[in-house]
Amino acid sequence: MNIVVLVKHVPDAQFDRHLTGPGHTLNRAESILSELDEYALEAALQLAEARGGESAGNRVTALAMGPAAAVNAVKKSLQIGAYAGVHLADDALAGSDAAGTSLALAAAVRAIAESQGPVDLVITGMASTDGETSLVPAQLAERLQLAQVTFASELDVVDVDGAPVVKARRDGDSFTETVEAPLPALVSVTDQANSPRYPNFKGIMAAKKKPVTVLTLAEIGVDPAQVGHDGAWTAVAASAPRPPRSQGTIITDDGTAGVQLVDYLAAQKLI
Amino acid sequence: MASVLVFLDVPALPLPRAARELLTLAGTVGEPAVAAAHRVDPAMLDALASHGAVKVYEPAGELDTVLVAAKAAFLADAAKTEQPAAILLGNSFEDREIAARAGIKLGSGVITDAVAVAPDLAVTKSVLAGSYTSTCRVRTGTPIITVKANSVEPAPADPSAAAPQRVEVPLSETGPAARVTGRSGKRVSGRPELAEARVIVAGGRGMDGNFGPVEELADLLGGAVGASRAATDAGWIEHSAQVGQTGKTVSPQLYISAGISGAIQQKAGMQTAKVIVAVNKDADAPVFEIADFGIVGDVFSVLPQAAEEIRKRRA
Ligand SMILES: Cc1cc2nc3c(=O)[nH]c(=O)nc-3n(C[C@H](O)[C@H](O)[C@H](O)COP(=O)(O)OP(=O)(O)OC[C@H]3O[C@@H](n4cnc5c(N)ncnc54)[C@H](O)[C@@H]3O)c2cc1C
Repeated sequence: MNIVVLVKHVPDAQFDRHLTGPGHTLNRAESILSELDEYALEAALQLAEARGGESAGNRVTALAMGPAAAVNAVKKSLQIGAYAGVHLADDALAGSDAAGTSLALAAAVRAIAESQGPVDLVITGMASTDGETSLVPAQLAERLQLAQVTFASELDVVDVDGAPVVKARRDGDSFTETVEAPLPALVSVTDQANSPRYPNFKGIMAAKKKPVTVLTLAEIGVDPAQVGHDGAWTAVAASAPRPPRSQGTIITDDGTAGVQLVDYLAAQKLI
Repeated sequence: MASVLVFLDVPALPLPRAARELLTLAGTVGEPAVAAAHRVDPAMLDALASHGAVKVYEPAGELDTVLVAAKAAFLADAAKTEQPAAILLGNSFEDREIAARAGIKLGSGVITDAVAVAPDLAVTKSVLAGSYTSTCRVRTGTPIITVKANSVEPAPADPSAAAPQRVEVPLSETGPAARVTGRSGKRVSGRPELAEARVIVAGGRGMDGNFGPVEELADLLGGAVGASRAATDAGWIEHSAQVGQTGKTVSPQLYISAGISGAIQQKAGMQTAKVIVAVNKDADAPVFEIADFGIVGDVFSVLPQAAEEIRKRRA
């Protein structure tokens, strides 16, 4: 099976994050592999391993798009266990919105298919932890005309009448559903799907020998005018940090805190 | 007047608050038209009319159960006919995916997580886990905007409103798609929907397997029950109650956090609540940094005492 996993290099949410400059773009120092993409990578590795791993002809390629430093997301993925990496790096990509991102990633997936053979599965995290829109997986499915299985909390690929079929479980608000799609398909997984593994010493050493292919927009046939700030279908006009919450009242329970809580709610007209 | 197309996937009446909010918002920008994912019966048509809809698009037959693909195709087809000034949807995962795919089909930019939409279609949204507010615009195509619940006050119904025009949209090819093979309903709690609730009482690992006090307080306040991931992972409450980065983002009037430490991923889902109350026995818990009213104490004495006090005052 040939699996492409999308991995994004995003600012670490443990630190304060800031929007800066005329484009209100995110300061990308202190970036890491998006935590939510670790679940996607783990899902891909498990599916490939269940079919005999790399030696049985399975492929797990980590694909990142972004500036030079984004290659770190690919490298981390290789340390965790991805078999190969692709970094789509082009200055013209800076400031891409979901539409531009999905356009470029779709072209990159097609380029991978051209060099490696058909891609059976594209696996992504449920959202990026920076943009948080969840738009890209669905837009990628639309652009590549792949069956779309998003927010999978369980995932398997089984043979049905000789053809591979992805089976997944999704947890909705009022119901849980099982879904099925023929391959090729796009799957996004939630943080319920698995427990991502950590890179170990062996993985870190092995990663040094794994190939990372760098692609430019010209190589994947994307017009720079269609991506980045200029090609974005949306624009940020203004941004501001949310005013910090004013210092609240903190009390220590002396046996009457429950009553004081009700007093507070009453004063705020909340009951 | 330009129209604003509202996508609604409402199988039954009464119209949920979120749907009424979208119609109200559409009315402040233009003339509301509805793209209904299901065929509408006369009662539903009346309900939509009384909330401002002047036109209702419906699929010519039942849409295929192929996750969002068929709904996105239907919405794009309705939009091609209507040529609205903007398209509004809710902000659930499913609504955002429908918006995403319709956006590609229509060549239109999509903005998610809107909390306000100005008459000139400038969109205010909260970003970076609620730590920033930004104003965005769609530059290309028909603006497609997904709006968070509790963003506008729904206008009261106008029972005398004229019947809306009905427009059938022929079913179109959806392309390769995933099919729903099974669905198991979850129990209905009778509490408000978490994403829409005005009051939420949420419990974390500190509830130690016993959500009784959280549920009791939520019911007394007419609120929904939320949870941290630690509590849902432990199986104390269903996953759909999870608030946070990978759960729901909520903006209620009141969020009571009980036995939750306030990790960044939890804050990401609730820090835009109007009033935050926190109960935690650890005075250093990060949740106190954002609490309007914090109680350093044991959830098992504070919550029941508060519940008792509310009952006493109401008696
Ligand atoms: C990719 C990813 C996504 C995540 N998404 C989410 C998400 O969407 N939502 C989310 O919530 N978390 C999420 N998390 C997990 C998050 O990082 C925290 O682990 C989680 O929120 C902790 O839950 P908690 O506060 O209930 O538990 P803990 O951190 O263990 O805190 C329990 C708190 O309860 C207090 N306590 C214990 N007993 C009592 C008592 N009797 N009375 C009063 N207080 C008591 C303790 O002092 C402590 O502060 C995510 C993590 C990752 C890695």
